[in-house]
Amino acid sequence: MRYLPLTDGDRQAMLATIGAASIDDLFVDVPAEARLAGTIPGLPDHASEMAVERHMAALARKNLSAGEAPFFLGAGAYKHHVPASVDHLIQRGEFLTAYTPYQPEIAQGTLQVLFEFQTQVARLLGCDVANASMYDGSTACWEAIGMARRITKRGKAILSSGLHPHYVSVAQTMAKFTGDELAYTTPELDSECDSSKLIAAIDKDTSCVVVQYPDILGRIEDLTALADAAHAAGALLIAVVTEPVALGAIKAPGAMGADIVVGEGQSLGVGLQFGGPYLGLFACKQKYVRQMPGRLCGETVDAAGKRGFVLTLSTREQHIRREKATSNICTNSGLCALAFSIHMTLLGEKGLRQLAGLNHALACQAADRLAKVPGVTLMNDSFFNEFTLILPTDAREAVRNLADRGILAGVSLGRLFPTAPDLANGLVVAVTETTTAEDIDALAKALEEELA
Amino acid sequence: MTMLKEGRPTAPTPVEDAHMAPATATGNRALMLEEKLIFEIGSTDTTGVDFADAPQAASRFGSLARTDGIGLPGLSEQETVRHYTRLSRQNYAIDLGLFPLGSCTMKHNPRLNEKVARMPGFADIHPLQPQSTVQGALGVINELAVWLITLTGMHGVAMTPKAGAHGELCGLLCIRAALEARGDARQVVLVPESAHGTNPATAAFCGYKVEDIPATPDGRVDLEALKTRLGPDVAAVMITNPNTCGLFERDMKVISDAVHAAGAFVYCDGANFNAIVGRVRPGDLGVDAMHINLHKTFSTPHGGGGPGSGPVVLSEALSPFGPLPYTVRMADGTIHLIEEDNVGEEMPQSFGRMSAFHGQMGMFTRALTYILSHGADGLRQVAEDAVLNANYVLRSLEDVLDAPFGASGPCMHEALFSDKGLAEGFTTLDIAKGLIDEGFHPMTMYFPLVVHGAMLVEPTETESKAALDQFILALRSLAERAKAGDEALKGAPYHAPRRRLDETLAARKPVLSWSEPDLADAAE
Repeated sequence: MRYLPLTDGDRQAMLATIGAASIDDLFVDVPAEARLAGTIPGLPDHASEMAVERHMAALARKNLSAGEAPFFLGAGAYKHHVPASVDHLIQRGEFLTAYTPYQPEIAQGTLQVLFEFQTQVARLLGCDVANASMYDGSTACWEAIGMARRITKRGKAILSSGLHPHYVSVAQTMAKFTGDELAYTTPELDSECDSSKLIAAIDKDTSCVVVQYPDILGRIEDLTALADAAHAAGALLIAVVTEPVALGAIKAPGAMGADIVVGEGQSLGVGLQFGGPYLGLFACKQKYVRQMPGRLCGETVDAAGKRGFVLTLSTREQHIRREKATSNICTNSGLCALAFSIHMTLLGEKGLRQLAGLNHALACQAADRLAKVPGVTLMNDSFFNEFTLILPTDAREAVRNLADRGILAGVSLGRLFPTAPDLANGLVVAVTETTTAEDIDALAKALEEELA
Repeated sequence: MTMLKEGRPTAPTPVEDAHMAPATATGNRALMLEEKLIFEIGSTDTTGVDFADAPQAASRFGSLARTDGIGLPGLSEQETVRHYTRLSRQNYAIDLGLFPLGSCTMKHNPRLNEKVARMPGFADIHPLQPQSTVQGALGVINELAVWLITLTGMHGVAMTPKAGAHGELCGLLCIRAALEARGDARQVVLVPESAHGTNPATAAFCGYKVEDIPATPDGRVDLEALKTRLGPDVAAVMITNPNTCGLFERDMKVISDAVHAAGAFVYCDGANFNAIVGRVRPGDLGVDAMHINLHKTFSTPHGGGGPGSGPVVLSEALSPFGPLPYTVRMADGTIHLIEEDNVGEEMPQSFGRMSAFHGQMGMFTRALTYILSHGADGLRQVAEDAVLNANYVLRSLEDVLDAPFGASGPCMHEALFSDKGLAEGFTTLDIAKGLIDEGFHPMTMYFPLVVHGAMLVEPTETESKAALDQFILALRSLAERAKAGDEALKGAPYHAPRRRLDETLAARKPVLSWSEPDLADAAE
């Protein structure tokens, strides 16, 4: 077997050193009834590299990839161009095949990247500090709600109707077990966000208000009044960003008063990957840092006085604090954080602003063009690179029919909110720098035919 | 046995090295190049990406346009490649050499896995595409699920958990949902003292009270203490098997039977599944739920701290409670997805969603590629060679290093040593840092907590005998130096990119992001 270097001669020599007659002698502690005599039945034996590649390629071919079709899906995962050098660099074995940097003297590469990543994320989100990543945006969102509970000692979170419904589902799953109370309703097809309703709902038991920016329907609004109202009641404002590219063009949530900003970092460097692995972003105000979940990298010096980096404040973490830890998270999204950081370094502020501007301008073109399709209404007044169309028919059906024509038209609200029939005609359309004028035209024409 | 709370030394003693080479003007040392932070070498006006001009359009931001400086430096493409290449060379990695981090299973990461994961049909598909356009991706999830179920002898598998600890969470949520379904509000989870820290943290994270179970002097769960503690308030027992002392829990079936008799469930931490894959099925030992770290047993890369992937295999009793989304293979061969809209009819007891999408697809493609490469026969050989390599290390070093459980029989896939017998003032940390100078990544140190100055060595099956012999030579030499009181060892590492780092300073005065020097000074 090509991945196993021991020869039979090696094995015999090693057994002799150990003083065992056979390999079975090393498994004597396994109860006899649980020892398998041979290979597990019903499974194939080993295969050559060529055979395995052929099998996997056949499975890959059964998927319609984003690059093969006019593509408009977003809703928490975005198709962006990732420069070739990003994927080349993350495949350097020293990054790819290293472990969590427990031995800092020989992990300065990973650690310096994490320190740079934390700084980039904090600045992008408008916060003082960021951690070294979480699994994804949805789990980061739940962790933020838990953090607000620890800080405020209150157990009621108010979730905006504009929060991604899968993020809501994750929080609802966890809240069933932790006893947190979650206030949530599904959104309305309205050009206004729901902050006035959220402000009215804040009370003395509220730990936090969770608001997505831009929200699931693509809308954006100033969070300042919401932050002020939350703070006046002793609650925190948690902002969720599922499209970090937006923050190259619109104000950062931290700058509008959000106490904790979490997000999905997939847009930069990571790629679509059918939903994972993704990259949870997590940032907050300095005063809350000791309540943060996850790994943190900090600057220090070595015995010779040189600057270096280590994992720090680990007394928050499970391997030290066990059941008293701020979270159970251990492995995070290190390699995705590296990809994000490299992509952000390639862009720089100048490139990020250009990228965001391009996304927005193309989205404006697409919105205007699609709004001209007979029967279609553009719901949004405000948006970044994603907006909601209201069709005269069930959008889920339309999306399936357009997929059969080779067009990936967007995400229907029926898929996202299956229990809200009043949203069934909504279609969320995302446009990025990868979208061409021909793609927009193809979608508009197909939609015209579909709705005719 | 008792748990040790004292931890390890975290601040180095400054050392003077008369024999160090003279300083260079740049601070560089030949191939070892010092690299500044991007904030020190980049500028906000520089970019390594070219864009087409944006078409003219009035913005739809209203008053929300970002006008402040963000402070994100850019580099040209060449500078970017150089920055990260230089940084990469300051890392140790499995590609460089033996990485015997116990309980972490740092095995070779085959590059076919990487190639497959990057096929556009897998890498470039959106999680919310219509199901008809992603049948191959759903097929990967389903095919991997079948392998995991069959290899473990279990009934079902939850594929969505994103790492081992997330898998633990999934398993405990299934257990809690199953208990609630029968109206049984149990409050306590029992966890052995030798467990990974994630076990008690996870139990607490989903609202359970955690109690320790002691270990016996031979490094296993104290069966009598466990039986005594079991009762109507215990929801689950979390057991790692093989355990973190590198030993198989001989009484596993007896433990499971006792736990089930008490109306509770058995959660198995599957971090060490590599030792038994293909030779033992946890389902035959009475396990109800076990996470499998695809980034350990099934060779997906650790990436400097993730991403991981932690599918959870489930017993028949727990399978109905697993998370969404869930794949089902239909009679016509198509794969059907259970999500929120059809969960009511098809999986009414599911505890719900635990992450936004389908789990770690990029890890599924890699793990399935690895599994198909090995096949049933190869995976059995994996476990055998992993256990053989660990026992070879154990028996080759037990004359110079204390092996606390060496007398109680063979180890599984990791060899455990303690600091007993080192000269006064010498610690496990000194040996670990000495290994760095010898060209190896250190073993897991100071874990498990039930052994003083623990050194947990997991060579994995992908090390050759020659590599093991060199590692044994190095560790033997270090053990002898530590026993002889060689003071120079306390200064190690001498040859790494950095000397010992001051973790105490980092924690006392946390600097977690970069500030412009004048601002940093002003904040003093």
